[in-house]
Amino acid sequence: MDTEAVYQSPSEEEVKTLLTEKFPEVEVTKTEARRVYAKLPREKVLEVCKYIQHNLTFEHCSTVIGVDYVDHMTVVYHLSNYYNGLMIELSTDLPADDLHVESVTCVWEGANWHERETYELFGIIFDNHPKLERLLTPKTYEFYPFRKSYKLRGSE
Amino acid sequence: MSDSLVPVKEIEEKMETDKMWIIMGPQHPFSHGLWTLKIQVDGEIVTDAEPIVGYLHRGWEKEAENRIYPKIIPMADRLCYAASMTYTHLYCMTVEKALGIDIPEKAKYIRIVADEVCRINSHLMWLAAVGTDLGNLTVFLWAMREREYFLDLNVKLCGARMTTNYPRIGGVRNDVTELFDRDILRTVDRFEKAMWDIIALMDDSSIIVSRMKGVSYLTREQCANIGMTGPAMRGCGVDFDIRRDDPYDNYDKVDFEVPVLTEGDSYARYMIRIEEMFQSCDIIRQAVQKIRALGKNAPYRIKTPTKVPAGSAFMRMEDPRGESLMYLVSDGTDKPYRLKVRSPIFTNVSTSKVMCQGCRIADVPAILAQIDMCLGETDR
Repeated sequence: MDTEAVYQSPSEEEVKTLLTEKFPEVEVTKTEARRVYAKLPREKVLEVCKYIQHNLTFEHCSTVIGVDYVDHMTVVYHLSNYYNGLMIELSTDLPADDLHVESVTCVWEGANWHERETYELFGIIFDNHPKLERLLTPKTYEFYPFRKSYKLRGSE
Repeated sequence: MSDSLVPVKEIEEKMETDKMWIIMGPQHPFSHGLWTLKIQVDGEIVTDAEPIVGYLHRGWEKEAENRIYPKIIPMADRLCYAASMTYTHLYCMTVEKALGIDIPEKAKYIRIVADEVCRINSHLMWLAAVGTDLGNLTVFLWAMREREYFLDLNVKLCGARMTTNYPRIGGVRNDVTELFDRDILRTVDRFEKAMWDIIALMDDSSIIVSRMKGVSYLTREQCANIGMTGPAMRGCGVDFDIRRDDPYDNYDKVDFEVPVLTEGDSYARYMIRIEEMFQSCDIIRQAVQKIRALGKNAPYRIKTPTKVPAGSAFMRMEDPRGESLMYLVSDGTDKPYRLKVRSPIFTNVSTSKVMCQGCRIADVPAILAQIDMCLGETDR
């Protein structure tokens, strides 16, 4: 971890400039009051998350969400700052044939169960997760029920 | 004489003890629902814990993808029976955010009143559960008695006691009924007096206090990192309340304090919830005054389109139990493409290992009572 100046609770605009200066791959799509929305390639997820946690003082990971867009999947992270109520929404796209992304449980312990849930419902594999097992559904399930290809009875 | 005896300490050191897994649940008095806690014990001390949830998994989020937007409102009620109003409110807020609309002032204040009544309901339910967990049945009866008055207010406002189905996309279902403001102020005044009896019952009992004080310490950094939110987090010194620091609806226009304690033990988490109930009473009083000032004929609901423009939106709110968040992806039709619910207890219960490590088996119910378990929203 490079120890640059630790910025105490940066504002929306500061987060935007800091993120884009440090990581040119990160694309900040939108900012509004207390919200920053950004997209990034999946190789950078762990590195950017570490930076956000250590240097931008985002101590809390609210959720890790999977979304199935049929041709690709998206993982969305919501990160929260306890000093000024700021929230960053990071989203990263995964190709449908290679659903791997680095786990952020080593950065925020709270992401553990959210990643397990996303794994069991969407089949997205979080590399280096301490315990990537099924949580809500039975361990014998061999399918991923929240994918769009899994139709509910009566829905068609 | 004592020389011939082997010292007790030496025996203890030589004796080999095995660690043992104990399975508490799914039917256990402390679990308050269907879930299992596996704890590993070394003698009397808990060394590891693993919660097992999922018995109640209904695929809520998948079900929501096959329903039009208004039909999800009653479903959101069923996420948690004790916090039905806040979940419905959160869902409506998320859809409003995706639509990009602003709702009438009166609806915002009515939602605040309904939310705070819901918060008191939920906290009283928790207090009753803590009472039974710690062996004081009187607290259970008294807290449930107080809760009935607030459930009556729910009936007066929306006709149902628990699954209220009250907020709507674009406002609330109906205006406050006649004399509702008078009734709610009376109830709140009465409740504040009655609350002191219950507090005395809890705090004057050395058995109850000693089972909570000094048990299950968490530091501020630990607490933020493991994802714990809500009253449990504020008992560990994290000074953060979404109502104050990331306000939604009109919470920035009411004045209230956020109780924070730095002790970080089980007793601090208990104290925070008690204090929050009094703060909720203050918020209700202010919001009722604002509703009165707006007058009888102020609009409380606006018409909204049935189709939500393509894109994504999220909102978060301070649920009675912590931070709840909904993330909505829309594809431009009248049904959501994906609706994700972040339940506070889902993350809070995943921290049981950190909370229980180093405590005694007998303390486990007292510690996990502070999570205020609700399985409907954990398993979804």
